[in-house]
Amino acid sequence: MSVLDQDLKTPIRLRSLTWLRAPWLFWGGLLILTWAVSHYAFDIYRALDARWIIRFPATWQPDFESRITAFMDWLLHDAQLFGILFRDVTRAISAVIEAPYDLVVDVLVTGLQQGIGQQAVQILPPLSWVAVIFTVTAVGHYTKSWSMAVLMGLCFTYLAVFGQWESAMLTLASVLIAVPIAAGGGLLLGVLAFRVRWVDRAMRPILDLMQTVPVFAYLVPILFMFGFGPVSALVATIIYAMPPMIRVTIVALRGVPEELAELGRMVGCTRRQQMWKVLVPSAKPMLMVGVNQVIMLTLNMVIIASMIGAGGLGYDVLTALRRLDIGGGVEAGLAIVVLAIALDRLSQAYAGRTVTQKAAQSQGGFAMRHRWSLSIIAVILVTGLIGAAASWLQTYPDALVINTGQIWENAIGYINVNYFDTLDAAKTFLLTWFLLPVRQFFVGIPWPWGLMAMTLIGLRVGGWKLSLLVFVLTGLIVLSGLWDKAMMTVYLCGASVVIASAIGIPLGLLAASNPVSNRIVGAFIDTLQTLPSFVYLIPVVMLFRVGDFSAMIAIVAYALAPAVRYAAHGIRSIDPQIIEAGIVSGCTRGQLMRRIKLPMILPELLLGLNQTIMLALSMLVITALVGTRDLGQEVYIALTRANTGQGIVAGLSVAFIAIIADRLLEAAAKRMRKQMGMA
Amino acid sequence: MTQTRPALLECNDLWKVYGHNPEGFVKAYAGSPSAEDLQAHHMVGAVRKANVKIYEGEIFVIMGLSGSGKSTLVRCLSRLIQPTAGELIFDGQDILSKSDKQLIEIRRKRMGMVFQHFALLPHLTVLQNAAFPLEVQGMPRAKREERAREVIELVGLKGRENYYPAQLSGGQQQRVGIARSLAVEPDLWFLDEPFSALDPLIRREMQDEFLRLQGMLKKTIVFITHDFDEAIRLADRIAVMRDGEIVQVARPEELVLNPADDYVSEFTRYIPRAKVLTLRSIMRPGAVDGTAAGTLSVTDRVESIADEVERSDTDFNIADEDGRTVGHIGRREIIDVLIGRGVNA
Repeated sequence: MSVLDQDLKTPIRLRSLTWLRAPWLFWGGLLILTWAVSHYAFDIYRALDARWIIRFPATWQPDFESRITAFMDWLLHDAQLFGILFRDVTRAISAVIEAPYDLVVDVLVTGLQQGIGQQAVQILPPLSWVAVIFTVTAVGHYTKSWSMAVLMGLCFTYLAVFGQWESAMLTLASVLIAVPIAAGGGLLLGVLAFRVRWVDRAMRPILDLMQTVPVFAYLVPILFMFGFGPVSALVATIIYAMPPMIRVTIVALRGVPEELAELGRMVGCTRRQQMWKVLVPSAKPMLMVGVNQVIMLTLNMVIIASMIGAGGLGYDVLTALRRLDIGGGVEAGLAIVVLAIALDRLSQAYAGRTVTQKAAQSQGGFAMRHRWSLSIIAVILVTGLIGAAASWLQTYPDALVINTGQIWENAIGYINVNYFDTLDAAKTFLLTWFLLPVRQFFVGIPWPWGLMAMTLIGLRVGGWKLSLLVFVLTGLIVLSGLWDKAMMTVYLCGASVVIASAIGIPLGLLAASNPVSNRIVGAFIDTLQTLPSFVYLIPVVMLFRVGDFSAMIAIVAYALAPAVRYAAHGIRSIDPQIIEAGIVSGCTRGQLMRRIKLPMILPELLLGLNQTIMLALSMLVITALVGTRDLGQEVYIALTRANTGQGIVAGLSVAFIAIIADRLLEAAAKRMRKQMGMA
Repeated sequence: MTQTRPALLECNDLWKVYGHNPEGFVKAYAGSPSAEDLQAHHMVGAVRKANVKIYEGEIFVIMGLSGSGKSTLVRCLSRLIQPTAGELIFDGQDILSKSDKQLIEIRRKRMGMVFQHFALLPHLTVLQNAAFPLEVQGMPRAKREERAREVIELVGLKGRENYYPAQLSGGQQQRVGIARSLAVEPDLWFLDEPFSALDPLIRREMQDEFLRLQGMLKKTIVFITHDFDEAIRLADRIAVMRDGEIVQVARPEELVLNPADDYVSEFTRYIPRAKVLTLRSIMRPGAVDGTAAGTLSVTDRVESIADEVERSDTDFNIADEDGRTVGHIGRREIIDVLIGRGVNA
């Protein structure tokens, strides 16, 4: 579009909407109106005798749930794809995933067996704990340094000493299968999208959706298609972990300097050579960042996946949580954390490998270059052989296992006994003065007004296109009859996000203020992000019992990281000259912050807020375990009943909320950037 | 002097226009839209009606400031980008009509390119980088590494075959880039601002290195630069570009003596004449009366012989390329050039 066209268009739009343009009038008015409507909704319904105002009539609902359930039934039983039963397709997929998984489980956990069930005879033992620890230590040294080796060794020794070995190995097995498939598949799809324009176009909205759809939404259909078991869990994990890899691949390939692409063409590369010999290797450092993300997401899924049949540490945590077994939950949760830290550091170190290291490692003769692989093979053979006679070498002896379950139990018990009043007071205070009023506000909003308010906000922030999208998505939630639950979700998520931002943004500002605080806050946030989401639930439930409050704390802890990150990043990316200009003009520190830094990082803060909301929403469903009453709970119930329709509808509703929030904030951030001339 | 040799690469009325439907646009204006036409239709003429002949064995420098279209032109010449209109003839063949497959073959065997930011593959060693074009052709490992070692030695990096690019300095990295482009023994050698990313001292050193290599290899070279000093130093002929147009193509000396317009003369104004002028353009006709102090060549630049002539009390004879004496020169002519007197400066 030419400049001229734009000039012609803007004034018309401006004129028709001027009344909406005064910011405080609009937002303040909307808030007060909404509050009033929410507060008097019941009276309005009485006065007009129109019950449909507060409750969307069941007869108006198109009954998405049973339709989807029927569709899924048809899909699984009758659907054909080029003459092949859909069922056979899913079976083929599970076979492809199951075979390597079984192999890895054999190697790490059960050993190679002949026969089935009780009659099974072990032909080969699994890798001994000594061999596994030696291997990871060697890998640690190979990737980075001796200190990395020590870290890896310590982490895995922890797993053995604290009695989590078998579960940990089972979890490791699923990571070892899920990560290559997710990373490899993501790479291939990313390459395809990079090469073929329409694939990119088609994939973009799907990726957007995948990023906002909470895992639970597709847990139910996957369970339906693949049955309860490790394969379902792996499929869900792969689907969850793949989209970021696709994105990273596309970005990484686009980021390869133009000159390198030209070089490839100048030396006469074919398309395939260009991709695999020039572009992909040049993009490798960034691709490795993607692989790191895949690993972390895989570990994040460990517990959720155990709901549909993954064994291992996740299953242990889940059962402990269900039995309210404090000790067991904390033990298994800590083991996940340890595993996550080990794998995270390892993959990060691999991504950051320098050429100097690579050069140093390619020195020397065959034995020197391959000293680690050779010694690993030696250790595996030796421990395998001697292990047959000396069982302590094969399996870590039970007698030496340190059991910490009781300690945790006692600790929590102690806190509960001695600090119950304090904790309870804090909880009651927040509930009465913050959570409950907010809840009343949101839950009271009748759907017709909610729909209208959302549409208005869309119009205000991003124009009629966005407003239409918001209207349609909100409308779908209303139509599915989940308005009340959606509002519960918005309330819980909103309250948590407000608190997370209130804590996170100042922390981010602090982190950016000097290197020392940066390191401390950075380490804190890194740890928070490495922890799989479920782990937050354990101590919180132990201290505050089930309910909204516990859910909120868990969500805040999980969603804190992006708020901190984006605030710190925003401050750091301000052009230092602008700050200097402020100092030279005689700004005090406070003025610098208020007049220069904060306004400049506002767009960045909005993006952080966006991320915070996404994380909060994905956590919402997990908190269903502690008895919330929102959409998350709806999904959880669907999962336990294997009700596909209910699961998908509720899951999609969460996704819609996420998409609405995402688009609104993105549009707002874009507007602000434009105003500041940063676009 | 070089004009007698056959042209290896030539382009006729070459256009590269960006915007909406550029082909149709150029066609609609009968193949030569004016600057106003372009502006009126919001089109950008990155290369406008370029006509260039590059002769075998010469160093042809394309010189222009950033945004003048020199990079686009060289990318059109190497067909890294598809020109909008015009003709491109390489070794007697029209290469715009070549299929991708034929083009790959031509590039693999006959063209080499050196890039401004080196474009070394970070995951490969020096040896592997230099061998990369051969690897792409499917040459067996032992053979391609042998060839790569030869070119690495040629550029003076022997002993660093197993280093990675990140372990080398900028100058060394560009040496690798040069070695790589020479590995296939190209007939046509493109250098896209090869020394611009280097520090001034290193740049100078690399220019000497480049001249040394060219002295041995005698390639046909298209050299891009924004540095007029560099152009003067290296070029047999220079094409000066401005706003996508080639303003003038000439030998460095002609450029200084007869700039086509104010733009070119602005460039040449502060160039020391002694660096550019050859004896051909300042000698007096005829041999020396009496005994000459020695014999110089018409292609010698004033700078290189100034000291010798100035110290001698008698004049020097000047011989042309065939060894015939065509003129003479003395202290006075040299001093005229050095202090900028007389010669139309």
